[in-house]
Amino acid sequence: MNIFQKMMQIDRRWVYLAIGLAVIIPSIKSFDVPVTVSPEVKRIYDFVDSLQAGDYVFICVDYDPSSMAELNPMAVAIVNQAFVKDLKAIFVTLSQFGPGLVEQITSQLAANHNKINGVDYAFLGYRPYPAITILAMGVDFSVPFPQDYYGTPLDSLPVMNGIKNFDDVKGVIEITSGNTADFWLIYGNGRYGFPLAIGITGVMSANYYQYLSSGQLFGIIPGVKGAAEYEELVGFPGEGKAQMAYQVIAHSVIIIFIIISNVAYFATRKRKAGLEGGNQ
Amino acid sequence: MTPQEWGLYEYIFNGVAALLTLCIFSFLYKDNPFYKFAERLVAGVATGYFTMLLFWTNFMDKVYDPLKAGQWWYIFPAVLGVMMWTRFSKKWAWVSRYSIAFYIGIGSGVSITVYLYTYLFKQLQATIGFPITMDIAGLNQFLVIIAVLSALVYFFFSTPHKGALGFVSKIGIYVIMICFGAGFGLTVMGRVALLVNRVIFLKGYLIQLFGG
Repeated sequence: MNIFQKMMQIDRRWVYLAIGLAVIIPSIKSFDVPVTVSPEVKRIYDFVDSLQAGDYVFICVDYDPSSMAELNPMAVAIVNQAFVKDLKAIFVTLSQFGPGLVEQITSQLAANHNKINGVDYAFLGYRPYPAITILAMGVDFSVPFPQDYYGTPLDSLPVMNGIKNFDDVKGVIEITSGNTADFWLIYGNGRYGFPLAIGITGVMSANYYQYLSSGQLFGIIPGVKGAAEYEELVGFPGEGKAQMAYQVIAHSVIIIFIIISNVAYFATRKRKAGLEGGNQ
Repeated sequence: MTPQEWGLYEYIFNGVAALLTLCIFSFLYKDNPFYKFAERLVAGVATGYFTMLLFWTNFMDKVYDPLKAGQWWYIFPAVLGVMMWTRFSKKWAWVSRYSIAFYIGIGSGVSITVYLYTYLFKQLQATIGFPITMDIAGLNQFLVIIAVLSALVYFFFSTPHKGALGFVSKIGIYVIMICFGAGFGLTVMGRVALLVNRVIFLKGYLIQLFGG
């Protein structure tokens, strides 16, 4: 058995160990990674930046704790920007595990920016069946959400005075780890035509770029790289930017493994073909 | 990363989170009781949480409270929902068909037009609706058309993929592979992000315990 055959039969746990070590190294000695901002991320930043104080922005937090690593940094960056701009933010979640995440983000950032729940922002809560909820919100926010998440009737919230449905918000930013992005595209942008942008996990990203070129989305924040770009634009370096050093090292190790395994694969295939040819 | 002001509550619950993280990671070595415990704990907690969330944000909000307030018409969707449960009985399962028919009927009526608009018309317009100009944007548009048509040809199985059709089909498979490659790269980034997030969390907890 030569070295290439041994490499083809390596225990996968050695690969896990290598990736683990690669990720631990930057945690001991981190370094700064320059982040180049993509146009699709910049467009969302520019959109929020162009709004006037008091304008409404609708933020839908549709992910669960298993996607926090990728999506929380972008949600924090967007909410930070909205609060700095003195925008009124309406939060909704269509993910069953979203309420805790929204509470965590809003309470923390509202305290930092002296924003008051019900006055500067509102969290309407969670409802299942995204299609029905989005369609109903297009008629009136109070149809699916007669009260906010904390049980206060919507008409008693100062922040909800004068707004009824999507016609009264400047745009919707959907941050999701699942198929709710499709529901927002179909029943939100498709039915009501409001400007829609999405922040999504890396796995999903390749499936949504066609909606960017068709104009159905005005921006995309793809995965943690997109989050780091947004943090760079907003000027609040957070976990997204902090993750970039780890990503560089881990990706380098993975690329080295891909090269080694391909070399080993082709070398053993050639040898195997040679042996089979000799046997005939 | 510097230690923050933590109370006993933060130390205990972050400690539990750190321990469960290590339990889940232990699966990378091999399946073991610690991993099984953590996995089932997550499933159990998630189910319990989701059930109670639905009860308070849907049954109470959308059935109990309106009925209590005299909005009697809310009884109709509630009854349709209860009728779904008759599927558990062989004798009464047919009753659930009325609920399903209602649901599918409304779903189809609402969805068909917007689905066609979102997934077909807008995409078709974006693919062929722009002029091919002699610049980068035009080249990009030309490549989009070639990519879409060749990928479609790859999935056209009514004729053998030979000659010109075989050539276009081969371009199609390259297009699909480029798409898979992009997806794979982004997936790796996502998975590494999950690992990094946990490593940062564990590092923070250790610093909190023993100082930076």
